Amino acid sequence: MSEKGTIKGSSIEEKLFTIRYKVDDISHLIIKDQQVCVKCETKECNDFCPADVYHWRELTTHVAFENCIECGTCRIGCPDANIEWVYPKGGYGITYKFG
Amino acid sequence: MDKFDAVVVGAGPAGAAAALTMAQAGMSVVLLERGEFPGAKNLFGGVLYRKQLEDIVPEFWKEAPLERLIVEQNLWIMGHEAVTKIGHRNEKFKDPLNCWTGMRVHFDQWFANKAVAAGAIPVYETVALELLYEGGRVVGVRTDREAGDLYADITIIADGVNSLLGKQLGIHKEWQPDQVSLAVKEQIFLPKEKILDRFGLEDNEGATIEFVGETTQGMTGLGFLYTNKESLSLGVGVMVSDLKKSRMKPYHLLEQVKQHPAIRKLIQGGETKEYAGHLIPEGGLKAVPQLSGDGWMICGDAAQLVNFVHREGTNLAMTSGRFAGEAAVAAKQRGDFSRASLAAYDRSVSESFIRKDLKKYQGLHGLLNEVDPKLLFSEFPHTMNAAAYDMLSVDGRSKAEKQKQAIQSIKQTAGGTMDLIKLGWKGWRAING
Repeated sequence: MSEKGTIKGSSIEEKLFTIRYKVDDISHLIIKDQQVCVKCETKECNDFCPADVYHWRELTTHVAFENCIECGTCRIGCPDANIEWVYPKGGYGITYKFG
Repeated sequence: MDKFDAVVVGAGPAGAAAALTMAQAGMSVVLLERGEFPGAKNLFGGVLYRKQLEDIVPEFWKEAPLERLIVEQNLWIMGHEAVTKIGHRNEKFKDPLNCWTGMRVHFDQWFANKAVAAGAIPVYETVALELLYEGGRVVGVRTDREAGDLYADITIIADGVNSLLGKQLGIHKEWQPDQVSLAVKEQIFLPKEKILDRFGLEDNEGATIEFVGETTQGMTGLGFLYTNKESLSLGVGVMVSDLKKSRMKPYHLLEQVKQHPAIRKLIQGGETKEYAGHLIPEGGLKAVPQLSGDGWMICGDAAQLVNFVHREGTNLAMTSGRFAGEAAVAAKQRGDFSRASLAAYDRSVSESFIRKDLKKYQGLHGLLNEVDPKLLFSEFPHTMNAAAYDMLSVDGRSKAEKQKQAIQSIKQTAGGTMDLIKLGWKGWRAING
């Protein structure tokens, strides 16, 4: 069996590279209150997001909104409902080739 | 100020069905879509069934972009490096035609174009930001276009699983993590001959595999592997509440699914040309909100109309969209767009297979909440595979002894005879109560 992470196309960067994005200048995902993230014990958005949008660094939740595949998991999954989630502007965000 | 008979938010299967039904009856309809084109943001497993679409577009299979006609359906019970298979192949699936694999980007464009050809006005790359109200009734939507207010007698909300408009309407609050699953999927391309050989198919035939068990690592969920013309759709969906607890990254889960020997050998040599993810509404009947009100109706995923047991969502979406369209046509004839008038839509849904199918499985959601998912999705599949291995291994022990041991281990997994009976009873009630 191959080791995890060694197969072509297996890293999240390679996976996201298969998706066509039209990226807006402004984020459609907003952390409502960074202090809530500081107190959050699990920081589980860093794990459950299928596109690695959320990263905890230097006491701040960083939001790589340009990776977002618009699924909505973070809005529902954040234990403190601390993510303001709207759709990207019309025509922006992901465009699937197959779906 | 533009005013239309109807504005439909979302050009997926529900919205397109509604728009097509209304446009065919001569109503003026705007079909809104936030993506570059209909289907741009959409994802499903995906299997398309004949019956519900045929009611909307007769003989659609002669023109719709479909992948393969399914002649074989399988359920795999996955152990760690093992699998126990249940499957059914039948030439009868060719007549009457039963179901096909498809791709939403191709299919949704085709379907929405049907509505446009019937006269619906496409307004794509446009987000519906909020509903417009007048005297307590919905009178249209505000879009993100300049001077983008659209007024209509009827607003049909078909904005998908996240349904931000449904939330604004207050008919559902936020979905809970145990009411939705996150599915991640890859489109893995292989030469056509490899697909035919590996799955024992010819020409346009296709096969589906759904798999449950240790591949979801103790989480409530399901995997799927479907054959397309020149690709395989491989995905796994898990309940968001379980995903949260597991602290697993969804794409790592998918990578590990790909390593299962039974899967690996079917996909090997393939090239992933797309990774995708989407939520699936799985709240069941209890999560279905009020479906209509003064000036509005809500359809498809936005209304949680998904039969997750039978991986049916697209057909419930199309049928609910058609019903909403028909209710709109009748309301237009009456000149009455009140809740009382549009309640005809609720009645159509109630009397159809949609509500009946959701009702059949309404207990399942409770069962999944009550029973540790590890038991159902990991320990039982493990025990079943271990028992099958034992029964089929010739090692000098008698078959009677092996059988006794198999039954013993199943009982042990459930926590004793009484618990096994209770669990069996609960399971039976959940799908037949």
